[in-house]
Amino acid sequence: MLELRKDLFADERDDNLNVVGKGVQRQDMPGHVTARTRFFDDHAFDGMLHLKVVRSPHHHARIRAIDTSAAERAPGVKRVLRGADVPVNKNTLLSLINFGKDDEPSLAVSKVSYKGEPVVAILADSEAQALAARKLVRIDYDPLPAVFDVEETLKPGAPVVNETYPGNYFEYHERFDHQKLRFGDVERGFAGADIVMEHRYQMSPIEHAPTETNGSIAAPEQNGRYVVHSCAQGLFFALGTTAKIVDVESNMLHFIGGTVGGGFGGKVDSLTEPLAVLGAMLTGRPVRFVLDREEEMLYGSPRGAERIYVKDGLMRDGRIVARHIRSYFDAGAYTRLSSYAAIKCTAHVPGPYWIPNVASDIYVSYTNRCPSTAMRGFGVTAVDFALEVQMDRLAEAASMDPMEFRILNAYRDGDMKPHRRAAKNTALVECVQVAAEKANWPLSEQAKRASSLLGGGAGDRAQIPATQLDARGQIGRPDTRSGPVTQVLPAGTSRIAPSKQPVMEGARDGRAAPTQVPRYEPQRPAAPPPPAYQPAPPPYQPGGSYSPPPAYQPASPPPAPPPPAAPAQPQHGAVRFSSVFGTRRR
Amino acid sequence: MLDLRTCASLSEAAGILSGDRQALLIGGGTLVMRDVNEGRLTEGTLVRVTDPALRQMSTGGARIELGAGVTMAAVLANRDLAFLHAAARAIGGPAVRTMATIGGNLFAGAPYGDFTVALLALDAQVVLQSGYGSGRAVPLEDFLSARERGGQGLVTAVQFARPQNPAEFHFRKISRVKPKGISVLSIAAHLPLSGGRITQARVAYGAMAPLPIRARGVERALDGKPLDQSAIQAAKQAALEGCRPATDAIASEWYRREILPVHLGRLLAGEPR
Amino acid sequence: MAKLPIQFRLNGSDRATFVDPASNLLDTLRRGLGDFGPKYGCGQGTCGVCTVLVDGEPQLACLTLAVSCEGRQIETASGMADGPHLHPLQDAFMDHFAAQCGFCTPGMLTAARALLAKNPQPSREEVVEAISGNICRCTGYEPIIAAILAAASGTSVRRA
Repeated sequence: MLELRKDLFADERDDNLNVVGKGVQRQDMPGHVTARTRFFDDHAFDGMLHLKVVRSPHHHARIRAIDTSAAERAPGVKRVLRGADVPVNKNTLLSLINFGKDDEPSLAVSKVSYKGEPVVAILADSEAQALAARKLVRIDYDPLPAVFDVEETLKPGAPVVNETYPGNYFEYHERFDHQKLRFGDVERGFAGADIVMEHRYQMSPIEHAPTETNGSIAAPEQNGRYVVHSCAQGLFFALGTTAKIVDVESNMLHFIGGTVGGGFGGKVDSLTEPLAVLGAMLTGRPVRFVLDREEEMLYGSPRGAERIYVKDGLMRDGRIVARHIRSYFDAGAYTRLSSYAAIKCTAHVPGPYWIPNVASDIYVSYTNRCPSTAMRGFGVTAVDFALEVQMDRLAEAASMDPMEFRILNAYRDGDMKPHRRAAKNTALVECVQVAAEKANWPLSEQAKRASSLLGGGAGDRAQIPATQLDARGQIGRPDTRSGPVTQVLPAGTSRIAPSKQPVMEGARDGRAAPTQVPRYEPQRPAAPPPPAYQPAPPPYQPGGSYSPPPAYQPASPPPAPPPPAAPAQPQHGAVRFSSVFGTRRR
Repeated sequence: MLDLRTCASLSEAAGILSGDRQALLIGGGTLVMRDVNEGRLTEGTLVRVTDPALRQMSTGGARIELGAGVTMAAVLANRDLAFLHAAARAIGGPAVRTMATIGGNLFAGAPYGDFTVALLALDAQVVLQSGYGSGRAVPLEDFLSARERGGQGLVTAVQFARPQNPAEFHFRKISRVKPKGISVLSIAAHLPLSGGRITQARVAYGAMAPLPIRARGVERALDGKPLDQSAIQAAKQAALEGCRPATDAIASEWYRREILPVHLGRLLAGEPR
Repeated sequence: MAKLPIQFRLNGSDRATFVDPASNLLDTLRRGLGDFGPKYGCGQGTCGVCTVLVDGEPQLACLTLAVSCEGRQIETASGMADGPHLHPLQDAFMDHFAAQCGFCTPGMLTAARALLAKNPQPSREEVVEAISGNICRCTGYEPIIAAILAAASGTSVRRA
């Protein structure tokens, strides 16, 4: 149940809210309970044709020949579509905002790059006739070596998945092989750390599994336009994509939708609209193209799997002084929205923690798997999983309570983020405090007194450190795209060995699952660590004036918050949440 | 395209099935219509039987006979069959149970077919009718091993002896989704006690092999023993004998092997799932 | 292939149409008769969005052979309201925010209706069992359970 905590940030909220905290009837609810709500498939058209696609049984193969003659003669079949029938048979979704190169055909022509890729479309009077005719299409394939691993695919000699990107990585601005973030000097941070820890985290693809499968109905209107009932989550996105692929002005398409039977990100790809409209244009008949459940589960694009390496430098008192994240986002065979996922991932690094030295290298890798797409925080949720598991491991290594460890390292208002913006409206400290309270988790008095309003932006915490350049004057370009996990450590640092097998790693086919989950054993320092939160002189002094958050000083009453440091540069961009939070913090 | 034949008598249906290799009986529809909907079944003849004999139940005596068209909902509505209610309730939700039949469950591929597991532990016989002749009863295990070859005729009923003490019959379905999910595995056990010792134990598994199987190792470990800790321990050690579980979307082979002895032990000890 | 005639009562009215021999009830209701209340979600009996009542019993329309419904009484969510007056379950679903995207709602309502017809005062466990074959991918089960219990106890507001 919703609980408004008015004790937190009380001066920052307007109490005259009209809707928040009140029960208000939704305007679409009467339609839902009377079954009058019309989803895309709830529309009747006379003479409607049903479209089914023939999909590749191979992960990667050349197409030698396609024979549709028997299918064309099958009962009820009105038209068979091949790649050559598609006016613009190469597209990438974000081309609508001029981002990325067209790389994905609507119907494969010369080769297939994932199992389930559509090759031929059948339009018939009934669904059963289309299904029966689908079996009559003969496609002669020449299988090619396939690659399924996000790092293997970046190595020299790997099979080229997607000819548009022959290096098997997405090219940002047609030049860069990954998204890079540099803040301070992580190598120096690791060198000065008491403990350096690195772990590998592997995610799985996740299917959205909406109860309503992807689909659309397209029908000629009386004025030369086409009406399209669509499940799309982004209706105008689907309209623009369809107009481009079928090569008509967008005002020739009349998209109706917005009522979606569950999307969760899986209905942004325009999986069905272009072929439905093309079918309607070529036959003059209404055309319905709906994925069945098996297609939805196997070939509706999933959340992309990510492989994430997190390397941290930790002081014994619990402060994280350096963090390097290397991640590979599995795009599958085509780009769709993965290029955007890597940008989001980079924007999220290093998580909601102030760390003076941060670096990240985020790649989008092509593999012979079903293309992945948006899903609920894609690019962010997976790295959060990795970061928070890593945080627990770090807390254990520092012999600290995991909740207090997070409070210690959390952003405060005014802290400079690696993206060169000051943190504002931070609330992790309070979230952890409330979560601990709800879970009856004991927190120390210092942790309870901590606040997002205290200690941020003090000293180094507001500064943008000099960015370390390498010998070539670049910001630390790695020599290989899939370097070894472990790099040579500076003398004097101790390493906590990565677990032999990261906890979340299972064999991909489930056959050789681990017989036991390796338990991470922290390597305790020989000398007892200094008690946490003691304002001892920090052993690591990156810029010479490191300031621990004052809330942790055992002082009573707590010191007055330092005045927020002025940002080094004028702030750009909209003040987020300004309509809610008004004139508030920063 | 698919054709449909509606038959008013069992013998008419059995005749069509014997004479036409592309003919397929449709009962409640939960298996056949799925294949139609997904485009796997596009040619041939569906045979539908309206003969009320297919839905008859004889449950009052020591020998129970259930028509192949008896639904899971009909089993649940019959108090004489209370010992089978756990198995019937394991099949789908209420809407599936009004459709799914006992006969159809005999044809469900792993990890489906939980009710058949219960029938296996009851030493059930399957009544088959070929052509226009009269029925013959074959042991369920023999029927299952010949199932993939087909051509055994029309399943008209199943028969089994009522357990003398219904409390000696146990059924558990293990699934990860609550309250209703597809089987990771299922276990049925009939453990008659005589003079404090188990006689003629029958234990069967679902989803631990391509077909429902008898756990003969467990039966041997239990026979003649009191149901005590040492017998349970011996049964757990023999639990995996003959198992060939699949790795599928529900569970890996490894996981199924790991948890089977655990759940078997809990079932035998009368502990909650 | 010749189509077969079929006639049944749908939500209290006599309806007739022609179907392909292997047609399922779902396509017959939706495409043949224009009742878009039951939805297609899986075609394999796992999601429950096509749940209808056949002679008062819940069935999955996607797995029901259409011709097997000859002469039967079919009821769908579209026919739940009594003219302009909502069924108590519909009121309760509105009151309890028991729909998010709304796609599972007709099937949920029908499954709940079948339960309350046989068991007017169900326990929470019985409600959970009754909707166990109906998937809400928005995961709104708790409000749905609360709504069904409220409808059973007569505590939801009746709307005109």
